[in-house]
Amino acid sequence: MGEMEELRKEMENLKDQITAARKTFQDTTLQEAASGVTVVGRVQLKTRKTLRGHLAKIYAMHWGTDSTLCVSASQDGKLIVWDSITTNKVNAIPLKSSWVMTCAYAPSGNLVACGGLDNMCSIYNLKGKDGNVKVMRELAAHTGYLSCCRFLSDTEIITSSGDCTCVLWDIETGTEKMVFAGHQGDCMSLGVSPDFKFFISGACDFTAKLWDIREAQCRQTFSGHESDINAIGFFPNGNAVITGSDDATCKLYDLRADQELITYQDSSIMCGVTSLAASKSGRLLLAGHDDFNVNIWDMLKSERVGVLAGHDNRVSCIGVSSDGMACCTGSWDSFLKIWN
Amino acid sequence: MSGSSSIVSMKKIVQQLRFEAGINRVKVSQAAADLQQFCLQHAQQDPLLCGMSTSNNPFRPQKVCSFL
Repeated sequence: MGEMEELRKEMENLKDQITAARKTFQDTTLQEAASGVTVVGRVQLKTRKTLRGHLAKIYAMHWGTDSTLCVSASQDGKLIVWDSITTNKVNAIPLKSSWVMTCAYAPSGNLVACGGLDNMCSIYNLKGKDGNVKVMRELAAHTGYLSCCRFLSDTEIITSSGDCTCVLWDIETGTEKMVFAGHQGDCMSLGVSPDFKFFISGACDFTAKLWDIREAQCRQTFSGHESDINAIGFFPNGNAVITGSDDATCKLYDLRADQELITYQDSSIMCGVTSLAASKSGRLLLAGHDDFNVNIWDMLKSERVGVLAGHDNRVSCIGVSSDGMACCTGSWDSFLKIWN
Repeated sequence: MSGSSSIVSMKKIVQQLRFEAGINRVKVSQAAADLQQFCLQHAQQDPLLCGMSTSNNPFRPQKVCSFL
């Protein structure tokens, strides 16, 4: 038997081993375990604010940690920092490349980042001396589009790319600190754990991977989706991962049990999931879809408990503020809406 | 040679699978119980879940002030 054949056999054996190991820990299901919990009552959120100003599709938004400011990116070539309470535009930053796909707000509030088909992650300093917002760094090394980025601090940022890798960057030197390779398809989204030690990535190989940031090691891989994973996020306690896919479902994977706990699906939902966010307690899962709606799920009971209908085009991004007070949706209709 | 580079890739995949096969796991009953407990413990601090009064909602339209 050739070496390649032997390796292939070993790969299949290991995959079977993992499947079997997961089964031995599957002594119940989340559905059974939560059978004593009452379903959440109907959740009806209202649009409290509409942020108007972008002139084209909005592709991404991210809340600042103060739960008031947020940044959005549109293919009109602008990054806008909004005061979500007054609806004022705090900054309107013109971009070199209008093909932006992602944006992020640093936890400190000092920096924002964006990137897209230019394959770069551009870092902007909001607190420059002369008051002008300028490009501080252009992080270039990816050989594919930038799908997502998230700051760890003012000096480190993680990016995911269509080149199938994720990268941890040193912002000051503009260099790659770690490369996270392993996905067999475009990386579409990433999420950082609440303790900043791990991050998760979702990709077009239909899997989600958990990475140890400092060891640059993939610890766990989760399968089950039948199409690209477009959105990913941590459950608020950091022990579980939520994914959203083109297969129109969301899934909850537990990190310690190393397996899928539940799938959030409904035969009436046929459109892919573009974005997702969990409420502060983790009880509600908000998922944005291609059909212009956001579905709200009771995460423990896997029942749909609400819908946010208000956009006139695809919901491309969604975020819940750190204090849990509001949910922001961004759409191809060029508007952002604040709901609670 | 393309042959040897695909063997190198395959070796990496097998190495990664060996690592993933060896991790410690916890029973689903334990994991599910912990998730449930977290949700219930933090329910009262979840405004989207519990709602909030007008006065506590930073996004509610402000009442009109009148000069006395």
